Amino acid sequence: MSEAMGSEAGVRAEVRAWLAENWDPALGLVEWRTRLAHSGWGMPTWPTRWYGREMPEAMVPVIEEEFDQAGAIGVARIGIRTLAAATILAHGTDLQKEKYLLRILTGEDTWCQLFSEPGSGSDVAGAVTRAEFQGNQWVVNGQKVWTTSAHKAHWGLLLARTNWDAPKHRGLSYFIIDMKQPGVSVSPLRQMNGFASFNQVFLTDAIVPPEMIVSTEGDGWTVTNTTLMHERRGADGLRAQPKGSDRPERIYGEERDEIAVALEPYRWYPSRAGRVDLVLPRAIETGAIHDPVVRQEVGKLLVMARCAEFTARRARAAKEQGKPQGPEGSLGKLAASVVARAAARVHTQITGAGALLAGPEAAAGGTVAEILLSVPAVSIAGGTDEIQRNIIAERVLGMPREPSEDTKKPFRDVPRNTVG
Amino acid sequence: MKFSFSAEQEAFRESLRGYLAERSPTKEVRRLMETEAGWEREGWARMNAEMGLAAVRIPEAYGGQGFGFSEQCIMLEEMGRVLLCAPFFASAVLAAGAILQAGTEAQKAALLPGIASGDVVGTLAWVEDSGRWDAEGTTLSAVRDGAGWRLDGHKSFVIDGHTADLIVVLGRTAAGLSLFTVDGAAVSRRAVQGIDPTRKLARLAFAGVPAALLGEDGGAAGPFGRVMTEAAVCLANEMVGGAERLREDALAYAKMRMQFGKVIAGFQSMKHKQADMLMEVELAKSAAYYAAAALDEGDADGAVAASIAKAAASEAYLQTAIHAVQIHGGIGFTWDNETHLWFKRAKASEVMLGDATLHRERMMQAMVEGA
Ligand SMILES: Cc1cc2nc3c(=O)[nH]c(=O)nc-3n(C[C@H](O)[C@H](O)[C@H](O)COP(=O)(O)OP(=O)(O)OC[C@H]3O[C@@H](n4cnc5c(N)ncnc54)[C@H](O)[C@@H]3O)c2cc1C
Ligand SMILES: Cc1cc2nc3c(=O)[nH]c(=O)nc-3n(C[C@H](O)[C@H](O)[C@H](O)COP(=O)(O)OP(=O)(O)OC[C@H]3O[C@@H](n4cnc5c(N)ncnc54)[C@H](O)[C@@H]3O)c2cc1C
Repeated sequence: MSEAMGSEAGVRAEVRAWLAENWDPALGLVEWRTRLAHSGWGMPTWPTRWYGREMPEAMVPVIEEEFDQAGAIGVARIGIRTLAAATILAHGTDLQKEKYLLRILTGEDTWCQLFSEPGSGSDVAGAVTRAEFQGNQWVVNGQKVWTTSAHKAHWGLLLARTNWDAPKHRGLSYFIIDMKQPGVSVSPLRQMNGFASFNQVFLTDAIVPPEMIVSTEGDGWTVTNTTLMHERRGADGLRAQPKGSDRPERIYGEERDEIAVALEPYRWYPSRAGRVDLVLPRAIETGAIHDPVVRQEVGKLLVMARCAEFTARRARAAKEQGKPQGPEGSLGKLAASVVARAAARVHTQITGAGALLAGPEAAAGGTVAEILLSVPAVSIAGGTDEIQRNIIAERVLGMPREPSEDTKKPFRDVPRNTVG
Repeated sequence: MKFSFSAEQEAFRESLRGYLAERSPTKEVRRLMETEAGWEREGWARMNAEMGLAAVRIPEAYGGQGFGFSEQCIMLEEMGRVLLCAPFFASAVLAAGAILQAGTEAQKAALLPGIASGDVVGTLAWVEDSGRWDAEGTTLSAVRDGAGWRLDGHKSFVIDGHTADLIVVLGRTAAGLSLFTVDGAAVSRRAVQGIDPTRKLARLAFAGVPAALLGEDGGAAGPFGRVMTEAAVCLANEMVGGAERLREDALAYAKMRMQFGKVIAGFQSMKHKQADMLMEVELAKSAAYYAAAALDEGDADGAVAASIAKAAASEAYLQTAIHAVQIHGGIGFTWDNETHLWFKRAKASEVMLGDATLHRERMMQAMVEGA
């Protein structure tokens, strides 16, 4: 215990000294973040060679506290780029790390995830987007769908089929694709809640240079799983959307702008999580709190939400202490989805007839309606609830895997949707 | 330590789990549940000699080991796992808790060492036939009689009330709510048939039973409230231990039972049920652990955390028990199968100290002033 305390105090002193020397609100945002990335304090758990300091997870909150104290801005964190960074760090070549990691940390580049297709969503490995090596480059043809933020993205994480004779999971490869090229066409899809944060992406003779395959040809499924694991872990409901600081110096303004652009596709994400934070204040404000039935429903929701939060914190504490992940670590996404659905139901009860309305004149300036129409996404995006349950049953509880008729034969012989 | 256990605590849990697995196999649970007492002096004495169970949380000054509330909750979780038939909850949680919270220095010094050694078994009698879990329902009256007091009235649903040596009783005096200690043998008492045969209940009748005031005349409301908060957290921890055991047993059964040419664990509806069970049990565990640490650390919102833990455990344990019977199919409905033992504890514990509805209401009252 005392040793750990010692090193914590040591790290605290070190980061404080570094900030005292280096943090300067007069710098430009990218200039500051470049300096921060090179120091390793921006991503302290990363390898020393790549913008990190190889520190244990437990030091992250300590370091973040010191940044808050100093009012210092951290590296960019919003969006798919964090998944891109984790994936490239795990499987990328030095060249890829050099080209992409720094610009992810500075917030200059935005990314998207090109996994789902019209014919394959839950069954990600059923992708039929085709990548062929022609001459000295990969040529990609196919269609992706539900691609969040594709309209903003500079780069895409692309899953494509490179071998049709191999079994399903072994014929895939993983690429980094330049989204700003003529072969990539993005068209927005309007969602049931009226927003349009996801897109269709048409790939027509789109080009990927040979050095932009991640890992080896045929190893795309392994790499995809790294991305998906990070996505699931991040869905535990603990992370709040960053707001930025309203201090006057220019760098804070630049950060606010960066956040506003990066967050644009995610504006409604708090609503899809059910806005549990609004439930009690609204129950009090509307007087619904005095209805014993509503009180019970609010109580049920709050108990569940607190339990989910405690569980996510247990998972995080285990990670920080370097313990192997226990069952609590796999439940966050499913629990968040159950909580969100319950919250939508309680918001309806609290709002009563007012739940008939939408738009600025409606309850909480339209937020209640937005919640009711956004929550259905939470149990689909990033892997449906059913798929989460399969994963928990198979990987945590060791139950038999789903029977599949499609994993042994060549993919070309596998029955599939006729779309596109 | 709200979200993790120390290495010492993990080691404590592990050694206790091994010990209790040996001391309290289901065969032993079945043997003791068929007795009227529900537990045996000899076995209780042996467990206290070997593991000092009853002493763990009692301060060293009163003959205990002076560990924290969290350690006590770890013990309860492990006891709940094996359905230990012993007067631990009645004596070490309820009676010791009441004496610690309400007793004078001299009373603690006089009463706690016996409880800590296990030689004296205590319990707390507060609920009456009305079934109210709070102090408001108290009608038992106490009047002065020379240096002592006399009690008239009744108490119901008293855990181990027919076997306890020392009974702490909640009553009313002219000054208000007060706690008393009485000699168990001086009370007219009988065991009642409970839905859960592994934890016995009694009804006590008091007709001028001599009693000693515990703490201050009219001063019991505060201490009693704290005892109830602690008891709810203790019970929640015991419950999540039982729920986890049920979940694991049902999983093991599903992996072994074959129907339609394969193990039933391979059917997706079974897999999804098991995933939901894991989630419900883990969420309730998190709340039970959090509440234990919150009380240990003296948090201001300890009572809210306690109600969250009890509400979550009440629903998760019973739901797990329902699923567990279902997963076992016809055999799950038999007396020979073990599942019903935990099902009955789940049902009784759901009700004991207030069900989920009551605790949600308590939480709401604490969170929303005046609402
Ligand atoms: C808001 C939002 C944002 C998204 N962003 C992205 C993104 O940025 N990039 C990206 O690649 N994708 C994205 N997606 C797509 C998302 O990952 C898929 O929608 C999801 O994985 C489900 O796939 P699907 O839509 O094809 O449904 P299907 O896979 O066709 O599923 C239909 C139904 O069948 C069930 N089902 C399927 N297989 C099984 C099984 N084995 N067992 C039991 N039930 C099963 C599903 O649970 C579901 O209920 C996004 C989706 C949403 C809603
Ligand atoms: C009170 C009572 C009275 C009864 N009376 C009679 C009687 O008079 N005559 C008689 O012949 N029988 C009788 N039965 C037996 C009853 O029909 C069986 O218990 C029942 O059909 C389940 O079979 P099982 O017990 O073998 O469980 P199993 O078939 O082993 O089932 C165990 C679990 O696996 C699940 N499961 C099994 N197969 C699948 C699948 N394909 N997909 C998803 N889940 C699956 C089940 O739903 C269950 O949850 C009685 C049972 C009870 C409880």
